[in-house]
Amino acid sequence: MVTFQFIPYFELQGLESNKKINKLLKLVKEDKILLLEGKLHPEEEAELIRKTMNEISRSFKGVEISSLDYKKEENLIEKLKSTFVNMLIGDRTGISIIGPANVIKEIKRNPNKIELFTKEVRRKR
Amino acid sequence: MIIKITNFINRVFSKLFGGRKKVRLGFYGPVNAGKTSLANRIAKDWTGEEMGTVSKVPHETREIQIKEHVKIKRDGKELEFNLVDTPGIATKIDFEDFLKFGLKEKEAKKRAKEATKGIIDAIKWLDDVDCVLVVMDGTENPYSQVNITVLGNLDARKIPVLIVANKMDLKRAKLKKIKAAFPQYKVAGVSALKGKGMDDFYQELFELVR
Repeated sequence: MVTFQFIPYFELQGLESNKKINKLLKLVKEDKILLLEGKLHPEEEAELIRKTMNEISRSFKGVEISSLDYKKEENLIEKLKSTFVNMLIGDRTGISIIGPANVIKEIKRNPNKIELFTKEVRRKR
Repeated sequence: MIIKITNFINRVFSKLFGGRKKVRLGFYGPVNAGKTSLANRIAKDWTGEEMGTVSKVPHETREIQIKEHVKIKRDGKELEFNLVDTPGIATKIDFEDFLKFGLKEKEAKKRAKEATKGIIDAIKWLDDVDCVLVVMDGTENPYSQVNITVLGNLDARKIPVLIVANKMDLKRAKLKKIKAAFPQYKVAGVSALKGKGMDDFYQELFELVR
């Protein structure tokens, strides 16, 4: 059975990067595939990879991560408007998937879509 | 944060006053993209010596490798580089993957452990390079999270970047796809193994450092 957990933007908003990453990693280590509203900052992604490497073991092989940004081309006024909105409520654009590498076989991404392939789990009879 | 600010100030001042003598050129990218092959090609072209071993087995480079005093000449100008070849960045490591390449279990586990440390070191070194070659396998999908994360981190640190699309000698390689994926960056297509496209690459490198 594969478990997906949706993480709304407000759940991570206000958390320090370190706490945010620890929280995500803890959930991933529980074999949950996380669907995040918004994206991690690039430096948070690097920190997630760094922490993941420290946690690699026989039972935890690492993470699969992918994010999709659907920001459209904006003119100057639209950019100012979205910057102002982002200042007020945070940048929620995009979606991210983070999951355990022992559950997710591959995440394929092209500019407009993400495809997630899980590993086949053989059940004992 | 303080280190990042100091590095940024150093970069700006050295550019302003021309005081920079050596350029620390980082080689970053996913596993098996050909970072060491490219570093070897450059080192061989300008010093006559290679700097690291290459292999089809993933995570062959598991430690930061540095080749100092690599002087590259172009149009009457000379620049001195310290080449910093980093281990390939990955989000997962499974020792069982190495068994498929004929490694014994003990050897595979050791390799996996060293690889995790290598990735951590590569991330740390992001704060210690002046400019970076992000090496991508031209036959692979460029929209990998490793490529995006590496580029995002370099952008956040204001480090100049040249994308190198490697393995251009292979039929499956698609330079256009990489250019389309990252339109805001300069992309040089090369075959580090065969030495193809190196002249244009050096031209782009000089423009990057200028």
